[in-house]
Amino acid sequence: MSGIGPPGAPLPSSDDEGGSRASRILAWGRETEGARSVLIAMVSTVVFFAVVITAVVTSSGWPIVKKAFFNGAIFRESFPGILAAFRVNVEMFLIAEVFILALALFLAVLRSLPGPVFFPIRALAIAYTDLFRGVPTILVIYILGFGAPALALQGVPSSPFFWGIVSLVLVYSAYVAEVYRAGIESVHQSQVSAARSLGLSRWQSLRFVVLPQAVRRVIPPLLNDFIGLQKDTALVASIGVVEAFRQAQIDSADTFNFTPYLATALLFVVITIPLARFTDWLVARERKRRQAGGAA
Amino acid sequence: MSQPSPTEVVEALRLEDVHKSFGKLEVLRGIDLTVSEHEVICLIGASGSGKSTMLRCVNLLEPVDSGRIVVEGKEITARGVDVNAIRRQIGIVFQSFNLFPHMTVLRNITLSPREVLRLERAAAEADADQLLERFGLADKRDEFPDRLSGGQQQRVAIVRALAMKPKIMLLDEVTSALDPELVAEVLNVIKELAESGMTMIIATHEMGFARDIASRVCFLDAGRILEVGPPEQIFSAPENPRTREFLQRIIEAGRM
Repeated sequence: MSGIGPPGAPLPSSDDEGGSRASRILAWGRETEGARSVLIAMVSTVVFFAVVITAVVTSSGWPIVKKAFFNGAIFRESFPGILAAFRVNVEMFLIAEVFILALALFLAVLRSLPGPVFFPIRALAIAYTDLFRGVPTILVIYILGFGAPALALQGVPSSPFFWGIVSLVLVYSAYVAEVYRAGIESVHQSQVSAARSLGLSRWQSLRFVVLPQAVRRVIPPLLNDFIGLQKDTALVASIGVVEAFRQAQIDSADTFNFTPYLATALLFVVITIPLARFTDWLVARERKRRQAGGAA
Repeated sequence: MSQPSPTEVVEALRLEDVHKSFGKLEVLRGIDLTVSEHEVICLIGASGSGKSTMLRCVNLLEPVDSGRIVVEGKEITARGVDVNAIRRQIGIVFQSFNLFPHMTVLRNITLSPREVLRLERAAAEADADQLLERFGLADKRDEFPDRLSGGQQQRVAIVRALAMKPKIMLLDEVTSALDPELVAEVLNVIKELAESGMTMIIATHEMGFARDIASRVCFLDAGRILEVGPPEQIFSAPENPRTREFLQRIIEAGRM
């Protein structure tokens, strides 16, 4: 950081006009401020965690907590089983995601149909999103996971794995449909005018002009919902699917120890953090791109 | 209908008592106008006088409240007409270009010929290349719109409309969003179109351009055509006091 220096340090003499000199002074000021912020943040972080960790480790209950939650032996013993069970979470996530993307897009398109003729269809799409955003996910999983197999529908699997995925698809489609819809509405009406004026039908305008732009804009919030979905696959444990959380429950019940839960938590964090950082990166890139576009 | 002879004037477009309101705001209060083939009509008038709305009505982007619009003898405002088919014959170019930002220049131009006219890809692209060449944009065919200047974007928008081989072109203040130094390149394109015999209705604030290019000039005020005539007459000896007032303001603003 070349800009760091005492206030009033001589500025590089410039041969250009005042406008850019002023902006350079501003940038220099910001840089100094930035360096100070980083320093303060570092010191504050070190002090804060030193105090917290000291307080925890020296507390009277720490040996018991350590034994119950951070037991190395139990961790080594249970981790392979939990990791294997975690595959089920990843599978549910991947399968559900594909169907969510498709169903949600369908719902969003239905809800964007214009004109009074389509009112009942719009109303149905709205009712769907209202319903499935309103009901707790675990309740949907219970109702379908335990209730649907009792119907003994022909040709429909009765496994909790299947109905767990169906529940996640139903609930998350409602959220993702809203994300899509926000994207569709963010595409300016003039784009539709341009498409229609070229003779494209309403559907062709949506397909070639509106949706491609809408989907591009909502990728970051979509990924955000997928982080939620990945976590919520653990809820399917409640209807008897042996995924990571359920496996941890089993291990924990065997050992009367909570370390397997922490091992499971670790797996979820390890998979969601890259997704979260990737989302941040996409958001930042989109912002930068738009600013560059606005300046041009 | 008799066979049109070279001297006979063929009607391209007719507006009869067209009314249009947005809520309580009456934007068009009875527009009557007949446009012949190869004619270039310039619409002048203050902002809000109804120029844009009139063009959008002709393209059926806005449904009219009452009155009739007739294109080549067919009423397009009748019930049950195929609006997509009509829009194919009438190109419109907007003030704000409205290119599709996620598509290259070439794709912007070929989208509609391919999807609507069902042209083969090669044929559509050959047409597009020919148009791009004609308007000096050949080297931009693979660029995305946001990499082009405003003038280039607007020329691409004109090419995109032309790719549908329209019979009538509507230009809605196509230079109003451009930096002054970029206006000329777009006006030159329009001039070339006029010389090639394209029937056009042009809403514009460029009075000098209107005087050069127009077969007739219409002065719109508060949703009515107050005066129609050849440009020499409208600009030199306007009959209506409102026209005189408007042109006076333009001259005072140094725009003519």
